[in-house]
Amino acid sequence: MGRLRIAKVVGPVLIVVWTLVPVLWLVSLSLKGGDHINDGRFWPAAPTLHNYRTVFRTDLFTSALRNSIGISLIATALSVVLATLAAYAIARLDFPGKKLILSVALAIAMFPTISLVGPLFDIWRSVGLYDTWPGLVIPYLSFTLPLSIWTLAAFFREIPWEMEQAAQVDGATPWQAFRKVIVPLAAPGVFTAAILTFFFAWNDFVFGISLTSTGRARTVPAALAFFTGASQFEQPTAAIAAAAVVVTIPVVAIVLVFQRRIVAGLTSGAVKG
Amino acid sequence: MAAITLEHVEKRYGDGFRAVNDVSLEIADGEFMILVGPSGSGKSTLLRMIVGLEDASGGVIRIGARVVNDVPPRDRNLAMVFQNYALYPHLSVFENIAFPLRLRRLPEEEVRRRVEESAALLELTEHLDRKPSQLSGGQRQRVAMGRALVREADAFLFDEPLSNLDAQLRGQMRTEIARLQARLGVTTVYVTHDQVEAMTLGQRVAVLRRGVLQQVDTPRALYERPVNLFVAGFIGSPSMNLVPARLEGRRLVLPFAEVELPSAVIPAAGMPDCPAGVPRALVAGIRPEHLEDATLVDAAVRERGVTFEVKVEVVEWLGAEQFAYAPYDAPRELVEPLHRLAAELDRESARTLLVARLDPASQIRRGQPAHLWFDPANLHLFDSGTGENLTPSRLDGHVPEYQDPAGH
Repeated sequence: MGRLRIAKVVGPVLIVVWTLVPVLWLVSLSLKGGDHINDGRFWPAAPTLHNYRTVFRTDLFTSALRNSIGISLIATALSVVLATLAAYAIARLDFPGKKLILSVALAIAMFPTISLVGPLFDIWRSVGLYDTWPGLVIPYLSFTLPLSIWTLAAFFREIPWEMEQAAQVDGATPWQAFRKVIVPLAAPGVFTAAILTFFFAWNDFVFGISLTSTGRARTVPAALAFFTGASQFEQPTAAIAAAAVVVTIPVVAIVLVFQRRIVAGLTSGAVKG
Repeated sequence: MAAITLEHVEKRYGDGFRAVNDVSLEIADGEFMILVGPSGSGKSTLLRMIVGLEDASGGVIRIGARVVNDVPPRDRNLAMVFQNYALYPHLSVFENIAFPLRLRRLPEEEVRRRVEESAALLELTEHLDRKPSQLSGGQRQRVAMGRALVREADAFLFDEPLSNLDAQLRGQMRTEIARLQARLGVTTVYVTHDQVEAMTLGQRVAVLRRGVLQQVDTPRALYERPVNLFVAGFIGSPSMNLVPARLEGRRLVLPFAEVELPSAVIPAAGMPDCPAGVPRALVAGIRPEHLEDATLVDAAVRERGVTFEVKVEVVEWLGAEQFAYAPYDAPRELVEPLHRLAAELDRESARTLLVARLDPASQIRRGQPAHLWFDPANLHLFDSGTGENLTPSRLDGHVPEYQDPAGH
């Protein structure tokens, strides 16, 4: 028994260390001054915010941050609205081709993004979407919609039919029943879908670097690849680390804020059981 | 408030299955009507057609004078309590009850007044701020009823509202529902598969079988004058003893006794498929309370009836009454249809067993032979083919009309 208990403690600790060390390393790197980068120490000897100041003073980064936030939010909002409506239809209506739509959607989600980049590059250039916000929002949408639809359809299916029926008998139109009863009940699913979409858009590198060429639409992950030091004699390593930390913060914040909503099932107490 | 009228209502599905078949039923204003039947009898489908959650494939549904076949549920002004309550889990008890009023955009103080009124009626006042998940089953049930009450709807529809509660709570809520309905006087349609609920709650009970209406009557009439085998077997607990029998002139041959029938019980003459002098196969029915311990019956009375011997297998003593179970032998092919009926009624009856409800004074013991007695006047005789009740005294042409409980 003792050995089992030790394993129960050691296992999680190992996992946490394994996943957190690179992040800590990144943070520590971002706090090191220019000449300490190669000093071989894990903790910075003289922590400084110099790199962060540099990063926020670079146009390359600030415009990329603006693009990242804008594009990710737009993609998320559109994806969640479209996915909610589509998933509701799939969960509640019987229409021909329902299975086909679901499996095609899944197939699209499985598609390797890298194989689409080449053709998209050519198409975007000829239709004028190259290096624009919509040029990134559209591929993000098409890659995240299937997963959002699947997630939300699963949530909608969990909600008993009687919920909407009760609302309709109570005097609600189908739209009111959907908005006032079903959407609040599916909120954990909506959040899950939103977060998945946001992360996909926020973390994407392949589309970001291939379908943009200037600060007009280049996102942070792509912009990091173009980082240079503050001067030509300075290594950009610490600045890249600082930028990476900055873009990680929203991700961590979102997960911390919403994790309870994602985990908690809101349907408890609706029906007997 | 309004009457509900169904005229030749049907529900057909794409595969041709008829869940509800040509049901015509008039539910008077203020009446408490029960729809009862075993699972698959179409009772819930019928209720859902009344409320508008299912479309009728044929026939006319009227609420008051208005034909509502094409009216969406929200405009029918009916209130419904669902089997699993269907409370809105993200809203407090107050908001759950207020939900129908908010949809009508009533002013805040009006909403507050009416919600508090219903809550007081249902003893929910102290729970108004809670969420449904914090309530017990009985309280959730009451919230569901509150949401129906607050509406001032034309009629209440209940879809097996008590089936999720434990036995004791079910009894309490049954009384509660009866009390509320009597007090509010609102037309009520109540679906259940529990014949005890049906008998105790309803002013009239409609018995359904495979989508076909069998009999609509007061509980008492259903019990005393079932129109066919199905109703006879369904109504009453423990249910009526149904025994294969043969009619030879005036004599009825049962597996355990032969009976000289009084004329009031002899099936009407001129039965088309039965030439005179040929024995006729029937099903005889007798209620458990009509089987008595012969030793307790007065000698003079005993003369009038039939005494027979059985071997009692089990005796259940319940204080005020006791039940004796006695097996009897009957040819397999005669018993087979009765087993099929039992299966349809969700009853277990793989064996031919007589049930007698005996006086607690009876000394009949398990495993011992005993003498049981019955009065042939209490027999029901059913056609073994159609299941129709053939006993003339049970078919006095009485058609029950709905009587206003207040007497006007």
